[in-house]
Amino acid sequence: MSRIFVCIAHRNGVAEDTAAELVSAARAIDPSVAPTALVAGHGRDIDTVCESVRPLFAEVWKLGNEALSYPNAELMRQALVRALPPQSIVLVPHDHFGIDLSPGLAVKLNSAYVPDIVAIEGVEQNWLRVVRQEFGGQIHAHVRCDVSSGAVINVRPGAFKAEPARSVDGVIIDKSADIGTLTVRRRYLETIVAESGAVDITKHSVLVSVGRGMQEKDNIAIAEELAEALGAAVSCSRPVVDARWLEKSRQVGSSGKTVKPKVYLACGISGAFQHLAGIKGNPFLIAINKNPKAPIFQVADVGIVDDVLEFLPELTKKVQELRGVSAK
Amino acid sequence: MEILVCVKRVPDTSENEIELNAAGNDIERDELVYSINEPDNYAVEEALQIRDRVGGNVTVVTVGSEDDEEVLRRQLAMGANQAFLLYDEAFEGSDGRGIATILKEFVLKGHYDLILTGVQADDGAAQVGGMLAAMLDYPFASLVNSIEVDSSKLRIGREIEGGNREISEIDLPCVLSIQTGINEPRYVGMRGIRQVASVPIATFGTGELNVDEALVGAGAAKVKRVDYFVPVLGKSAEILSGSREANAEKVLELIAAKGGLK
Repeated sequence: MSRIFVCIAHRNGVAEDTAAELVSAARAIDPSVAPTALVAGHGRDIDTVCESVRPLFAEVWKLGNEALSYPNAELMRQALVRALPPQSIVLVPHDHFGIDLSPGLAVKLNSAYVPDIVAIEGVEQNWLRVVRQEFGGQIHAHVRCDVSSGAVINVRPGAFKAEPARSVDGVIIDKSADIGTLTVRRRYLETIVAESGAVDITKHSVLVSVGRGMQEKDNIAIAEELAEALGAAVSCSRPVVDARWLEKSRQVGSSGKTVKPKVYLACGISGAFQHLAGIKGNPFLIAINKNPKAPIFQVADVGIVDDVLEFLPELTKKVQELRGVSAK
Repeated sequence: MEILVCVKRVPDTSENEIELNAAGNDIERDELVYSINEPDNYAVEEALQIRDRVGGNVTVVTVGSEDDEEVLRRQLAMGANQAFLLYDEAFEGSDGRGIATILKEFVLKGHYDLILTGVQADDGAAQVGGMLAAMLDYPFASLVNSIEVDSSKLRIGREIEGGNREISEIDLPCVLSIQTGINEPRYVGMRGIRQVASVPIATFGTGELNVDEALVGAGAAKVKRVDYFVPVLGKSAEILSGSREANAEKVLELIAAKGGLK
């Protein structure tokens, strides 16, 4: 079996949780091989990260280069093509950086590419068998991949349990000299931080969160009435922002806000993993969706198979009745 | 600017419930409603807006079969200048890399300053744009949610975590994968589609494209889907089965019990 590498995502000198998760994924491919970490960056941060992941790996490869001080996938790809041995199996977190890096990396390494895997079922001869999701998580697929000439495998963050640290610390090997000069055709300029918006959905203990099931912009008022009755805020999933029914600051998910409410009402939201990634703190999750097979029902505590446009006004009425009674 | 947009026709998940077929090895494809992959539609709209600002042409292309002509026709109705269908028996069963290989040969027949794809399609792979860029040795950026043209380069925004945007400068020619929400795609009515009904759509196969048949099709695919399945999950929601009114009452009780009523 080929050598297995794990790309370490890190920020401000701290490795992300995916580091330990991808070690688990590597063990699922081959329990006998201790994987090697790939840490790219520059300056003091990269040394801190190398040191911090030593307990997880047999070897930690340091890829230091000033051009890599900001994680630019175009440069990282060049660096990896030069540093990696043939037939490598490279595990990468399937985040905005991995999506940028990996398809081209697989082409340049002349190896297979499997994106966004959620489970590994094992290896038979040269075929690795993995699980992916399609159609926004509505259905799963077994996929097999010929790894005989190496593979780049993007692993969904959170899909694997973090591997506990080993008792023996791995050795740090400085591979920076292998990288050489990196040429830039895509130059990072700046990061524009998201605006917080008029309503801060991260501060509310109850969220009435709406999705595509609201069907049109005018129907958002139905959710707003419920939120007002409950003393809650209206948040949403990505398609609602794409359609310009609500502003970006209301979006929950990996490309939106991370929220930690006590109660989360998912109204006409299918439950794509990018949306669920923004819901933390294990809230009581109530899902209303007319599609009984919507993935949201797999993660919700309570589900109602109904049209949100009919159900929400009924719920609003009940809340108003209760408020009316308690006001007396 | 000469802009190429690579598009795909996919089952429309907002119109369909995706289910396993009786044999349990594929999705139930009878009666599926198909449409253009949503991110691809944003990519075409973006290309049209850039063309209308700086001049040039928008070409749309898909790797598929006769059935896929309808999405090309739709993009012509949106305002694309020309459309091509890449079809050959030898292309069938290609994996993402095979598709990128076919597209690469199409790109090399023309001259494009900018190539756009949607960020991902029905299989959620998000791979063809990045592979195509690597094969052409063009710079690439994924998850692009803004584009400004500045002569021989572009100023682009990428969607990164937490709703933040990463701003970069990228040289032309390049490949960008477009995220949904970058613009508001124009509406296409039946009338618009009828108006382009007679516009010819050329089909290119191995005769027209310099594709090495050893690199495409099912035989070359290193990544193969074995089957579809619905996982058995430990935890799933308790489904309330009462009347609408009873369910609403129950939900209200639960919200109150969880401390959600102030």
